[in-house]
Amino acid sequence: MYVAVKGGEAAIANAHALLADRRRGDRSVPALRLDQIVEQLALGVDRVMSEGSLYDRELAALAIVQARGDMIEAIFLVRAYRTTLPRFGYTKAIDTGAMLVERRVSATYKDLPGGQLLGPTFDYTHRLLDPELAAGGDVAEPLQRASEAEAMPRVSAILAREGLIEPDGDMPQDHIPGDITREPLEFPMARDIRLQALSRGDEGFLLALGYSTQRGYARNHPFVGEVRIGEVELELDVPELPFAVPLGSVRVTECQMVNQFKGSAKAPQFTRGYGLVFGQSERKAMAMALCDRALRATEFGEDVVAAAQDEEFVISHSDNVQATGFVEHLKLPHYVDFQAELDLVRRMRAEHDARENAGRAEEKREAAE
Amino acid sequence: MTAQPTDIATYNFAYLDEQTKRMIRRAILKGIAIPGYQVPFASREMPMPYGWGTGGVQVTASIIGPDDVLKVIDQGADDTTNAVSIRAFFKKVANVAVTTETAKATIIQTRHRIPEHPLTAGQVLVYQVPIPEPLRFLEPRETETRKMHALEEYGLMHVKLYEDIARHGRIATTYAYPVKVEGRYVMDPSPTPKFDNPKMHRSPALQLFGAGREKRIYALPPFTDVVSLDFEDHPFEVQTFDQPCALCAAENVYLDEVILDDHGGYMFVCSDTDHCEKRREQGHRGHLAPESPLEKTEPAQ
Amino acid sequence: MDIATQAIEGGFADPVFDAQTVFRAVMDAMARPGTLQPLPVFARPPAPLSATAGAIALALCDNDTPLWLDLVLQPPAAIKSWLGFHTGAPLANTPADAHFALIATPAEMMALDGFSQGTQDYPDRSTTLILQVSDLVSGAPLLLEGPGIETTATIAPAQMPRHFVEQWKQNNQRFPRGVDIILATPEGVACLPRTTRIKTMEA
Repeated sequence: MYVAVKGGEAAIANAHALLADRRRGDRSVPALRLDQIVEQLALGVDRVMSEGSLYDRELAALAIVQARGDMIEAIFLVRAYRTTLPRFGYTKAIDTGAMLVERRVSATYKDLPGGQLLGPTFDYTHRLLDPELAAGGDVAEPLQRASEAEAMPRVSAILAREGLIEPDGDMPQDHIPGDITREPLEFPMARDIRLQALSRGDEGFLLALGYSTQRGYARNHPFVGEVRIGEVELELDVPELPFAVPLGSVRVTECQMVNQFKGSAKAPQFTRGYGLVFGQSERKAMAMALCDRALRATEFGEDVVAAAQDEEFVISHSDNVQATGFVEHLKLPHYVDFQAELDLVRRMRAEHDARENAGRAEEKREAAE
Repeated sequence: MTAQPTDIATYNFAYLDEQTKRMIRRAILKGIAIPGYQVPFASREMPMPYGWGTGGVQVTASIIGPDDVLKVIDQGADDTTNAVSIRAFFKKVANVAVTTETAKATIIQTRHRIPEHPLTAGQVLVYQVPIPEPLRFLEPRETETRKMHALEEYGLMHVKLYEDIARHGRIATTYAYPVKVEGRYVMDPSPTPKFDNPKMHRSPALQLFGAGREKRIYALPPFTDVVSLDFEDHPFEVQTFDQPCALCAAENVYLDEVILDDHGGYMFVCSDTDHCEKRREQGHRGHLAPESPLEKTEPAQ
Repeated sequence: MDIATQAIEGGFADPVFDAQTVFRAVMDAMARPGTLQPLPVFARPPAPLSATAGAIALALCDNDTPLWLDLVLQPPAAIKSWLGFHTGAPLANTPADAHFALIATPAEMMALDGFSQGTQDYPDRSTTLILQVSDLVSGAPLLLEGPGIETTATIAPAQMPRHFVEQWKQNNQRFPRGVDIILATPEGVACLPRTTRIKTMEA
């Protein structure tokens, strides 16, 4: 006698209860507060905001704790919430030239107007685990000085004055930027669409692709013209008002990569790769800039020879929410399809065995003769 | 102390906002007007992962109304975990009536099966589709496959099927078996076993296909010609089973193989759980059926 | 009533469920060409835009769908502001840019091929025509066949475009490109998707 398995609903409810228990862990340990995550795991929060495409630290922190620290799961939570929000409008393009800069480094010039600002970087920390941090020791206030209010022009603008770098994009004046969250992707895509996809793309995927360009798979001779991190103002044009309405500010990381220009009859000049992400993430912004430049291969008449240059390949696989869903869905039941394959393999196996047996019988007969 | 939920995050009624529903509804209308053509749509992130039926869920969420009765199956069964989960989602966000009975449902969302009970006019079958492009495994590039559909250039598919025959002596595709719709578009029927392909042909029900991750919607209006691709000397044929369902003795239905022990014992039972239960209620008994009538499974209301 | 009031009033009383009901009627009509899917009055647009055509526009149009108005619907400012207020749909510069076209007097309308037909790659990028007709019985009978129709279906919509049968045959020949038609009557909706063939037309 056989009774089929039932009770999926109860099993799911119990699994959720167990998940909640494991998420909370030892009850004698204080529960994390969202402000602790926002303040002390800020770069994790930034990644969730960036790849979740929603600038809200508190929600990102909630997502991180709800996801038990699984970043892709947290990004997914934020995306699924974001998609339900009504769209009021589109802000004006942010002006990163007017950024309130906390960090700014250029690899192409020793010094430049506005100077090099190291800011809060891991770059020169010695990666020694810090027992004092484990003990929760006090942290001294950083040194502060009044800002000198010196303008900090973008390196690309400095190069552009001499005509040594290509102009910053060549979208027509009346071009309305696309919105990958509102329109289905279409290949080949315009650069604005591609940059949006890269900006929410998986950090690890873009990092690996960017790295591959450095190792010769579509090498594009990059120099970090500049990486800058800081706050930029958001403004919204409202038709009824004669001025743009300030909405507040967001923290972004921008990378302007300066790359060699190959071929073409145009005057020799550098080309650009661009990266921009929410929050503080140089790794992501730089990897994005490398990928952006690689993906412009066709635009510059370069041969598409490597994965990083292949727009359909890169953009179709850069979204980690999509990728994790489709990879992980393999654990869902597929037994109907498997049954179909099982049936086929059994039949083919039976035919194969019959042929073998017939062959052996033939050999025997021939040997006997 | 009990933590109170805060108003930090709230969701819209029926999950999808009205603008999204309109966008999906427009895509559905185009899909119906161009049977078998994959309409691109701006698929949204859903609260379940891509691969769990986000396309089907978006289609269902866009068509469902308060008078609908929803059935959700996965692998033919109403009680597989993901079917349970999707059904619970719609109960929660749309407060809609649910059923396991094929005949009572107005909307049936499915993954990998078409119910055994014949569908009727007025019913809508919503398929969850992972890879909507039937040519995708032959040509990975969307730019290329779109051209092939535009030019009705399906030679590649026939070459693939023919290579199967050369190598295996038969067409080795057992599920997601490609079909041609109204003599024009080659279409992926979603990973249903080819056993179900004939049910698509001239079905009185409306069939809608949603692929969330791949952002495509397509459709088969009722009474639409759906022909499985084949060759004259290798005609399309469906799977047959050597034995009837061990529980309800049904023949000519799709069966799941259930492993009974680790000594090679197995049996075959209906993949369509509703069909199997209905038959047992009617007194049909397979050779491994329990003596007492099975408890009926209804999803909790 | 001034235009501002007219613009604001007459929308869906229950936007979520009214839109769903209207859409389902249109979906069923598109899936079963030639059948009348009844609809109650959900919208009260300014004349001469009909209640049914207005409700379909509210259910399907928004700022992503440029809208074309025929010569009768274009002049009244009240219609533009009503559609603008309730749907946010921009007006299309040309019929070929329109995702939807509202046609109050089909008998006077421009040729079907003047609207967007979609492309061979993207045949879905075509105009859906919403034609206001008074009924489906008093015009020339059309015998229909094609997907969605078990054998044949017959409708006789009033006030259809000139040379409609010939124009529709050409529309069929453009498949997969072509326009789709939603017929809006006071009782409900019927559809002619591009796959529907008009078999013969009796005199």
